[in-house]
Amino acid sequence: MSTLSEGQAQARSATEAARERTFGPLYSRNALAVVARGLMAAKSSTWLVLVSGFFEPVLYLVSMGVGLGPIVGNVAGPGGQQISYAAYIAPALLAVSAMNGAIYDSTWNVFFKMNFAKLYQGMLYTSLGPLDVAIGEIFLALLRGLLYATGFTAVMAVMGLVTTVWAILIIPASVLIAFGFASFGMGITSFMKTFQQMDWINFFLLPMFLFSATFYPLSVYPQYIQWLIQALPLWHGVELLRQISIGSFSAATAVHVAYYLVMIVLGIMLTTGRLRKLFLK
Amino acid sequence: MSFCGIAGFLQKIVQWLFQVFPGSTSVLWVHNEATRSFATPSSSQMNPAAVITAEKLTKTYGDLTAVDAISFEVPAGESFGLLGPNGAGKSTTMKMIGGVSQRTSGKLSIMGLDPETHGPEVRAHLGVVPQQDNLDEELKVRENLIVYGRYFGLPLSYLRPKADELLEFAQLSDKAKSRVDALSGGMKRRLTIARSLINEPKILLLDEPTTGLDPQARHILWDRLFRLKEQGVTLILTTHYMDEAEQLCDRLIVVDKGKIMAEGSPSSLIREYSTREVLELRFGSERNATIGAELGGIGERVETLPDRVLIYADNGESALEQVSARHLRPLTSLVRRSSLEDVFLRLTGRSLVD
Repeated sequence: MSTLSEGQAQARSATEAARERTFGPLYSRNALAVVARGLMAAKSSTWLVLVSGFFEPVLYLVSMGVGLGPIVGNVAGPGGQQISYAAYIAPALLAVSAMNGAIYDSTWNVFFKMNFAKLYQGMLYTSLGPLDVAIGEIFLALLRGLLYATGFTAVMAVMGLVTTVWAILIIPASVLIAFGFASFGMGITSFMKTFQQMDWINFFLLPMFLFSATFYPLSVYPQYIQWLIQALPLWHGVELLRQISIGSFSAATAVHVAYYLVMIVLGIMLTTGRLRKLFLK
Repeated sequence: MSFCGIAGFLQKIVQWLFQVFPGSTSVLWVHNEATRSFATPSSSQMNPAAVITAEKLTKTYGDLTAVDAISFEVPAGESFGLLGPNGAGKSTTMKMIGGVSQRTSGKLSIMGLDPETHGPEVRAHLGVVPQQDNLDEELKVRENLIVYGRYFGLPLSYLRPKADELLEFAQLSDKAKSRVDALSGGMKRRLTIARSLINEPKILLLDEPTTGLDPQARHILWDRLFRLKEQGVTLILTTHYMDEAEQLCDRLIVVDKGKIMAEGSPSSLIREYSTREVLELRFGSERNATIGAELGGIGERVETLPDRVLIYADNGESALEQVSARHLRPLTSLVRRSSLEDVFLRLTGRSLVD
């Protein structure tokens, strides 16, 4: 067998570099390999899953926006201006789909790979650390979220719901939302041992989807319910995308973005801590 | 973990996103220098010839002590076996060597590095064949090898010819484009071994490599492992099959309940703990125990098991004559050479495969 002489030459420095790394045994700066693996696997997997994830919010938009819209008429959007009901719920549906996609990828998908396919066990016997795996998987979830968001925004444009160039920003903003949910979702999944426990995630997500000012404004609730909804992540995503979609920004926009940035940081800390506990015990 | 660390890390993600996005998918194959750490053993604190040194290695799970202060050294190029029944602590020891399980106490050094603090670097030298195949079922056979090589940060220019070479070695060249779930058990095992060799490991960890395979598949596998041994790869092997240990191991430790019971080459262990030959007698399950008690004085030692009676003697045929002389008529009798199974029975009073 041939040897990798150039690899040996740089060996010492690579080892020393590893000692100085913040994440030492957790991270080998090769999350890209995990991403590449995901893309290769997606190539041979069924495209139906991908397509269904795209159509879900589109179907909601068509049924609620086109069907229910004329009955509801115009509603007051962020900043008080009158917009059609379809234009009101479209960004909210995109936020929901960003959440659902990220949660699916980072919970069910990760749960299966962790407990049944033993994929991560295989990966962790290589130079990869748990953090490489986490970043790679989260990145894949975001890549999918990006595809969905782009497609949905195009649908919005075709339906005449896009009236400002600012609306292009809902694509990166929905990736931000997906990032927040994905980084948390993976950490939470690591606590799950059975399918029954996985169902709790849906138990939490469904009410959040229905009540986070998705289909009607928050003002219909009494004050204390409003506070509760405002503490939950989806409302911030809905409001953020709704503001961007009509180009109406305020101080609240920054709060919504900050909410997700904090969520991402805490989520990654949680996930990494959990992976360390699970795989490097 | 510090907050600054996280911030710096997020910054790296951003840089990295920029690296990935501007171009086509080929940018995904950015060659990552940092992970190609094929370190030479620079500063081995203990025996410099040893690639693995374990000193009082201990692992406890709550009240259970899975590995109980075991010490051993493995020199480069040796084929080293851990032999013991299920639950003896073999797999746990393997996991600690691979740095995917943290030891409770003791010292462990792999090529001069501690796998706990240098997991990725240590594993860059290791090939791992786990007890259960964990091939990537979503990828094709050849893709499995290439993607696994990518996990080590190896460049495609190296991996493409290497994958073909390993498929040849594993006798799977005609299956390169097959789906993994279309392979037989023996083929999957060979693919797992081929995959473990993608980074040209100096040490190959094999956890029960032939468990569940039919005899023909086992012999093919042994042949492949023997070739690796000839190429100077250090093999670390757990097994509860005696014939496997005898075929493949230069030296082995017999482990039971997390402790080392004996250490040596297969032949020296047999010499030390058993006789040259063994006479196996079956009198029927009800009579084995009673007749076993009447066999005292024949051979060096008599061992009565539920299904048979074993008489340890240097000459099995003459022991059988003595049995006949006592007018005892076994249903079947068999004279065979002593094996490691007998060593284990002697050391623990139990047979290896329950």
